[in-house]
Amino acid sequence: MNSAVELKSLEKRFGKTEIIRGVSLDVKSGERHAVIGPNGAGKSTLFNLISGRFLPTSGAIHLHGEDITGMRPFEINRRGLSRSFQVTNIFPRLSVWENIRCAVLWSKGHKYSFWRNIDKLEDVRARTQEILEQINMANRADIPAGVLSYAEQRALEIGITIAGGADIILLDEPTAGMSRSETEHAVALIRKVSEGRTLIIIEHDMGVVFDLADRISVLVYGQIIATDEPAKIKSNQKVQEAYLGAAGHD
Amino acid sequence: MSNNTMSASLKRYSVWVLAALVLLVLPLIFSSGASLTTMCLAGIMIIFALSYNMLLGQTGMLSFGHAVYYGLAAFVTAHTMNWLAKNGIPIPLPLVPIAGGIAGLFFGVVFGSVSTKRGGTAFAMISLGLAELVYSSSLILRSFFGGEEGISTDRTKLLRVFGYNFGPQLQVYYLIAAWTLLCVILMYALTRTPFGRMCNAVRENPERVEFVGYNPQFVRFIAFSLAGLFAGVAGSLAAINIELAQASFVGAAQSGAVLLAAYIGGVAFFVGPILGAILVTLLSIKLSDFSEIWLLYFGILFITIILFAPYGLSGLLMMHAQFWRGPMGARISRLLRLAGAYVIAAIPAIIMVAGAVLLIEMIHHVSQKTAEGPMMHFLRRPYLTINTASALPWIGALVALFAGFFAFRFTWQTVASAWHRALADMQRSGS
Repeated sequence: MNSAVELKSLEKRFGKTEIIRGVSLDVKSGERHAVIGPNGAGKSTLFNLISGRFLPTSGAIHLHGEDITGMRPFEINRRGLSRSFQVTNIFPRLSVWENIRCAVLWSKGHKYSFWRNIDKLEDVRARTQEILEQINMANRADIPAGVLSYAEQRALEIGITIAGGADIILLDEPTAGMSRSETEHAVALIRKVSEGRTLIIIEHDMGVVFDLADRISVLVYGQIIATDEPAKIKSNQKVQEAYLGAAGHD
Repeated sequence: MSNNTMSASLKRYSVWVLAALVLLVLPLIFSSGASLTTMCLAGIMIIFALSYNMLLGQTGMLSFGHAVYYGLAAFVTAHTMNWLAKNGIPIPLPLVPIAGGIAGLFFGVVFGSVSTKRGGTAFAMISLGLAELVYSSSLILRSFFGGEEGISTDRTKLLRVFGYNFGPQLQVYYLIAAWTLLCVILMYALTRTPFGRMCNAVRENPERVEFVGYNPQFVRFIAFSLAGLFAGVAGSLAAINIELAQASFVGAAQSGAVLLAAYIGGVAFFVGPILGAILVTLLSIKLSDFSEIWLLYFGILFITIILFAPYGLSGLLMMHAQFWRGPMGARISRLLRLAGAYVIAAIPAIIMVAGAVLLIEMIHHVSQKTAEGPMMHFLRRPYLTINTASALPWIGALVALFAGFFAFRFTWQTVASAWHRALADMQRSGS
């Protein structure tokens, strides 16, 4: 199988603090890959490196075999990688509809067009409607995103992430802070929208992780100590010592 | 469906047709020279303020130097007109604002490529620096800026169209009105394009924009360049209007005026800067009829709006527009009851303001006009002569100020309760 995202001895230092200490990882095309690890292990930093938010101190990132190290986030996004954020990151005073539509526009080739009426772009309208229905928010289209409930904002966050039709999706703790039933809803949504795509997901809820992932990578203190199928990760001695065995994590 | 879209587009165009009709008949109603001048200035300010709002309201860029593009385009216009007239080039006056627009776009591209790299505070500071740079060079580069006198021009020397030489102010009015309508339509259309919506997204959350495939710096750059273009048209019309381009056109006061106009009108709605431009133009012309220190009152008005109506005039209008729903009778009775409460609160408010103004004017007179003696023409009206040496007007002003203030606070409760009742009424009829 082709690799979708390949990390080669990735390192990230902030001053003297080393957050990512030589991570190599090969995420295959079409797999659902979970990244787990204790708080402060560097999971979100890893996402920030892959998506271009931070520059790596050393190492390389490849997307479908192309070196994207040092590219800006929008350049990486245009190559088919889209991400969500751990802290909800939406357009608060724009309507739900506008939020999704903004994320659809580039993928439909409309770029910075200032000579076409946006409401007459049928392809954009249809895609926006399709995404709203996928995330079950078609009836909330006209509401400003800032006044949605927390769970709705998280769903919108996922909607913005998938709207551009990226084939690689990075979700950073999509179910954090959700109730049990909201989590079930979100997992079903994630399963639906990641169909036929590559998914990399950071998640603390082990139920979600073992339910969803084809493979799991365990990140501890800036290094991946194991990458394997869920069943093997569960029985891995090193993982149990470093993470799963540790009390206080759910 | 097709019927729906047809009636919707009919509705949309009817606004512009109505606007065109209003612009057409305005000089028939207000035909005095002074009103014509005011309307010309208002039209220019409308274009300028809307172009400013492409930055502030649409894209979230606070510029302190928007007059740079307005002013430079005015100078380019004056030079262009002189050059056209001197060489007898057959281009009529109505097309000259295109040159101003190109000049504004050019300087927008040049300065924008530097200043739009950063948003927020950094952008605001760079805009201030660029404005200072251009203003100080206007005092140095005499051949382009013409020094103290500026560059004067004669708009009647250009090619005539259908015998019109644009000498009379009425002809200039129609020229400005046509350009204003065109620019307003274009700027409105811009807000409804993919680019226009991404401007809003950049205003809301520039970081997230990068993760949906757009470069927020480039969005800001285009917005800035196009804002320069429309500011250029406004500046060009200003030069045509007074047949002169002066250093003050690129100055801080001009940049401040457009910020005030946009903010007073409200930057959150497209019509806001239009209302603001009209009000600011009217005030800056009319207030000076009543007081020397009108700029002070202007400043107080600005602070009052920022504090009590942060969404400006258009925000206040929209707050009332929400009551314009349901059966016609209910709409009218809701707004009438509100209007009644406003009248009750307005009486003490007027007394309070009158007291404050009298106090300010007397202090100004006593401290600045000792040579004129104690007698003051309040609001520059001889029939309101007041003796500042007597204690009575001072006591009267203080009493009016404080009594008005406390009465206003008391009557304001009427407004608040009328407001609550109207809201409750809406909810009842809504559910």
